[in-house]
Amino acid sequence: MISKSLSDDKPVGVIGAGNFGSVVANLLAQNRKVLLYARDEKVIKRILDTRENRGHIIHGNIEPTNDLADVARKCNVIFPIVPSEHFRSMMRQLSAHLHPYHILIHGTKGFDVTLPAGQSLESITKLNRGQVKTMSEVIMEESVAVRVGCLAGPNLSKELAAGQPAATVIASHFNEVITIGKKLLKNEQFQVYGNNDVVGVELAGVLKNIIAIAAGALSGLGYGENAKGLLVSRGMVEMVYLGRALGGNTKAFLGVAGVGDLVTTCNSSLSRNFTIGLRLAKGETLKEILESTDEIAEGINTVRIAKKCADYYKVRSPITNTLYQVLFEDLTVKQALRYLMRYPLNVDIDFL
Amino acid sequence: MEVVEKKNKNKKYKPILEDIPDWPVYQLSKNRKEFIEEVAQKSLSRIKELRPTPKQIIDELETTVYREQQRMKRNRWRVDPVDEPKFWGSIKDELVGLTGKPPEETQSKAEELLHRIVWRYANEIAGNFNASSYKVTREIVKFWFARLLNGARVKKFGAFFRNRYSLRDKIHIVGKVKHIRHLATKGTVIMVPTHFSNLDSILIGWVIHSLGLPAFIYGAGLNLFNIKIFAYFMNSLGAYKVDRRKKNLPYLETLKLYSTMAIQKGAHSLFFPGGTRSRSGMIEKQLKLGLLNSTIEAQRNLYIDTPAATDVRKIFIVPVTLNYHFVLEAPDLIDDYLSVKGQDRYLPEQDKYGSWQLIQFLFKFFTKGSNISVSIGRGLDVLGNYVDDDGNSLDAQGRIIDTRDYFISSGQVTVDKQREDEYTRMLSQRIVSEYHRINRVFASHLVAFVAFEMWQKKHPKLDLFGLLRLPEEDQVLEYEEFRETCKRVRKQIYRLKDDDKVYYATHLKGKIDLVIRHGLDNVGIFHLKRPLLINKEGNIITRDFNTLYYYHNRLVGYDLEKFI
Repeated sequence: MISKSLSDDKPVGVIGAGNFGSVVANLLAQNRKVLLYARDEKVIKRILDTRENRGHIIHGNIEPTNDLADVARKCNVIFPIVPSEHFRSMMRQLSAHLHPYHILIHGTKGFDVTLPAGQSLESITKLNRGQVKTMSEVIMEESVAVRVGCLAGPNLSKELAAGQPAATVIASHFNEVITIGKKLLKNEQFQVYGNNDVVGVELAGVLKNIIAIAAGALSGLGYGENAKGLLVSRGMVEMVYLGRALGGNTKAFLGVAGVGDLVTTCNSSLSRNFTIGLRLAKGETLKEILESTDEIAEGINTVRIAKKCADYYKVRSPITNTLYQVLFEDLTVKQALRYLMRYPLNVDIDFL
Repeated sequence: MEVVEKKNKNKKYKPILEDIPDWPVYQLSKNRKEFIEEVAQKSLSRIKELRPTPKQIIDELETTVYREQQRMKRNRWRVDPVDEPKFWGSIKDELVGLTGKPPEETQSKAEELLHRIVWRYANEIAGNFNASSYKVTREIVKFWFARLLNGARVKKFGAFFRNRYSLRDKIHIVGKVKHIRHLATKGTVIMVPTHFSNLDSILIGWVIHSLGLPAFIYGAGLNLFNIKIFAYFMNSLGAYKVDRRKKNLPYLETLKLYSTMAIQKGAHSLFFPGGTRSRSGMIEKQLKLGLLNSTIEAQRNLYIDTPAATDVRKIFIVPVTLNYHFVLEAPDLIDDYLSVKGQDRYLPEQDKYGSWQLIQFLFKFFTKGSNISVSIGRGLDVLGNYVDDDGNSLDAQGRIIDTRDYFISSGQVTVDKQREDEYTRMLSQRIVSEYHRINRVFASHLVAFVAFEMWQKKHPKLDLFGLLRLPEEDQVLEYEEFRETCKRVRKQIYRLKDDDKVYYATHLKGKIDLVIRHGLDNVGIFHLKRPLLINKEGNIITRDFNTLYYYHNRLVGYDLEKFI
């Protein structure tokens, strides 16, 4: 029944013409017509004039648009890919045009935080799951869409754009969403896996950003592969613990969106989170780094949020905690590492 | 002494459909024969879908026969029909006769046997709604309840025949009454109450009648039909029978189709989604998904059968909570719960209460001041969205949603079981949260909760079982401290109410001493061993920690523990 439903020739929507949004639009465009929504008129004009955006050549099947209502009207399947801090406000605008038949598969790796009045992310000491939401939860809260999924995995934009082999996970409670997502995205160089644990996959995708910053820092100190192996494996354990406290299952962390994504980001100097860690280790402060870049590294907020959640749920998370101190207090990367190496916990695996 | 419930709006409601012949349940029973045949046909084809080869069907038949014969040997009930052994014996013989026959012959024969079985099951399940016996029951109940109430409470000669009190003074119906009356005219109402006591079914039956709604059909445990007085009530109220001993595939499919198709035909239905009575006294957290799933399936079938843009009869889910000071079976329920929790052992279904105990209880109930309240929640569509009085589904912003859209893939209504399983899970979560929201806190719940939690706090090292075995000399709470804690917790309950997270009975307001007294007087009022009492020194003691735990559990899930 699902296969029949794919025979229609409706275009697919992508919301957000950022780096990853453009890449996903290009992937989709190989199979379908795509409507790419951008907030900024200039971006649309640029795409129309030059067929280029964010260093990607935009596929001929892609039509840029500034009209959210039009995207919702013309498309049954929509991929929202906007930074987590704008995600909720985007959903509020889109919500009025959505119906329960819409399928939404997001590709945003970050948390949404709702704070009590008068509090800021800096001032609040602890955060619980009532305040911290994943993007699929934001979609469900803000709209009538229920067939929701997420896209996560080792997907470095530049490699995808270059057509190198890669894989991704589409996670959803609905097999229908997974099947459609697979059909839309799959091509010879791009493998798509399915998973039913949406929150687990989302958490894996978000929490790995923390470890990516740490990996950058290790690299910045000039350490080699042993150190990285240590970080990846211990980081993995920490992700599992945090992830379970926040409502995910262990399994999701062992898959493409967990270990797969973690290894990729920890080895890639292309990733923004990695770069931040690298520069921290070279002695720059967070403030200096932020001033010199206009790209958003989701990892910084993730550290802040994850640390406060860990405090609330009493999860042992040494890497996140020390990284928090490096970013927002005045611990140096060297001190942090010394502390971690002396951390008294030495059971290898105790979560399986 | 009794803190008087504020004179509530419990007025009498006119029936929404005057004549019984207009009632969906009557239509169903009038065409009983055809309906049963339809159910049998549908279950037959469903089972054939699930077991596509003749070999699988025969395997299924063999398992079914085996299990049925085991059941008859081990666990026979008074209600079981006398011809049972004969029926299953003949099925078995014919099954044995099939071995070695050519496949074409076995296939048609196996299907015929299967049809006989599901037809028999459908007949067993189907209710016997009978308009005149419904009316008789209704009058009997009204008459005798009035006699009991007035005889006991109006202390004058001849009081027995007065009509000063009616059942409406004992049972308070609060919540979205008009709303549900509207919905019952617009579509099919599925009432899903919490389940604490065997009396619930009768209580709900009365509530439905007193709201002026036509009779609802509902699945009642076959074990209840063993008790004659219940059997009479239920048969006349439109109950169909659910036999929890039968776990074989043909039975389960037939049962599910019976309820799905009755809903599809517009019969207002009632079921307890918790499955059985709450053993712990907590509001249900886990619901049985099978029956909820059948509402979603019925709604989807209705959309498939009706072309788009025409009006479809919608199905509305109405959560209801029943709030008691006293649950007759509490000591046994909590025993069951504790023994299962303590050690995973099998828990047989047993009913220690015969007709006599029930009459005794009813008499006590009507003669003493213990009230029951029934909270009616707002209607939901099958996806758990609120609906307005006209039956339109609304989203959080109040925009109208077309429920059909949930079943649409690329412009068409499709059948997707996995999707509907997921919808069922969502609906069940929604119902649970509605239960907590419309639950009405009684003074007796408050005192039980506070007392138990105070003891827990005084002995933080003890686990539940340790606490329940607390030595008698430790089972005392200073009244002053108890009073202050009750006040604190009550304040938090007020706050929750302001956030629309719970309700409370009017008697919870006012002087805290009176509220505590009301609570102590009523909590588990008819148990031999009272869960809470005041001793000679004026302090709080318990005679039965287990039932105290049971009544305490009613307020679990609101994060009130922090305020102890």
